Amino acid sequence: MDITTILFYVFSGILLVSSFRVITARSTVHAALFLILSFFTASCIWMLLKAEFLAIALVLVYIGAVMVLFLFVVMMLDLNTDSLREGFWKHLPVAAVIGALIAFEMGIVLMGGFQLSEAPQLTAEQVKLGNTKLLGIEIYTSYLYPLQIAAVLLLVAIVAAIALTLRRRKDSRAMDASEQVKVTKADRLKIVKMAPTVAAPAQPNEGGQA
Amino acid sequence: MIGALTLGHFLTLGAMLFALSVIGIFLNRKNLIVLLMAIELMLLAVNLNFVAFSHYLGNMDGQVFVFFILTVAAAESAIGLAILVVLFRNRASINVEELDALKG
Repeated sequence: MDITTILFYVFSGILLVSSFRVITARSTVHAALFLILSFFTASCIWMLLKAEFLAIALVLVYIGAVMVLFLFVVMMLDLNTDSLREGFWKHLPVAAVIGALIAFEMGIVLMGGFQLSEAPQLTAEQVKLGNTKLLGIEIYTSYLYPLQIAAVLLLVAIVAAIALTLRRRKDSRAMDASEQVKVTKADRLKIVKMAPTVAAPAQPNEGGQA
Repeated sequence: MIGALTLGHFLTLGAMLFALSVIGIFLNRKNLIVLLMAIELMLLAVNLNFVAFSHYLGNMDGQVFVFFILTVAAAESAIGLAILVVLFRNRASINVEELDALKG
């Protein structure tokens, strides 16, 4: 039993406990913070699997960007957590049955095999290049076209997120300077030609009192 | 005595994480934000399996796939949260049971 195994069990324990807290936490902010902890622990486990680049990317992209976005949204919305947790334990029997079923099915599959204990030894060239460079070579040669599609997908996500949340203020009195400069006399002033009218003579009163 | 780490260890951890997040989806049926978080946890479990297979089979393709899954998951959560904000602006609620405008 070496240090890697001990680290694996420690990280797995933290990961499972924190993800359990994510789904049971009373306040949504706590859930987001526990989610950050579980992502960080998962990145430590990926380090054990010698996937350094992805572990760092998980910390940077997920904890640095996505989880901060989650926290911002949670703080922006004024949530009534009590009404959202109504009937929380009512669903527990169904949830426990489904969860046990999934664990059981996956257990059957895992019992059948996957007992690979030794990873294939890296060649001297692979060790010299390192995980990041190997991944980069793979992405930019065999997976170049999918990479471009992923880039376009991210662009679409940016445009969609901005277009969804952008709103123009209705009470805004901001002025457009270029439109003001370009205005001509014809836009503002309208000269109407009217036929001359003559005032009708005053009618004498019907009663004749005056 | 506990032996060396095998692929099964990592796959078991991924399976437990996945089952836990499915339970989370069932428990938090009303809170849309926690539902999104449970989906993120599911993606994490799947990614863990990919990385473990990639390590034990000596094949980099699994890690490339994790890279793409991270991209798609980031886009998904960004758009999901944007929709959530617009929804809260219009309905002042993120309770899933109140969102029945489509009468599904």
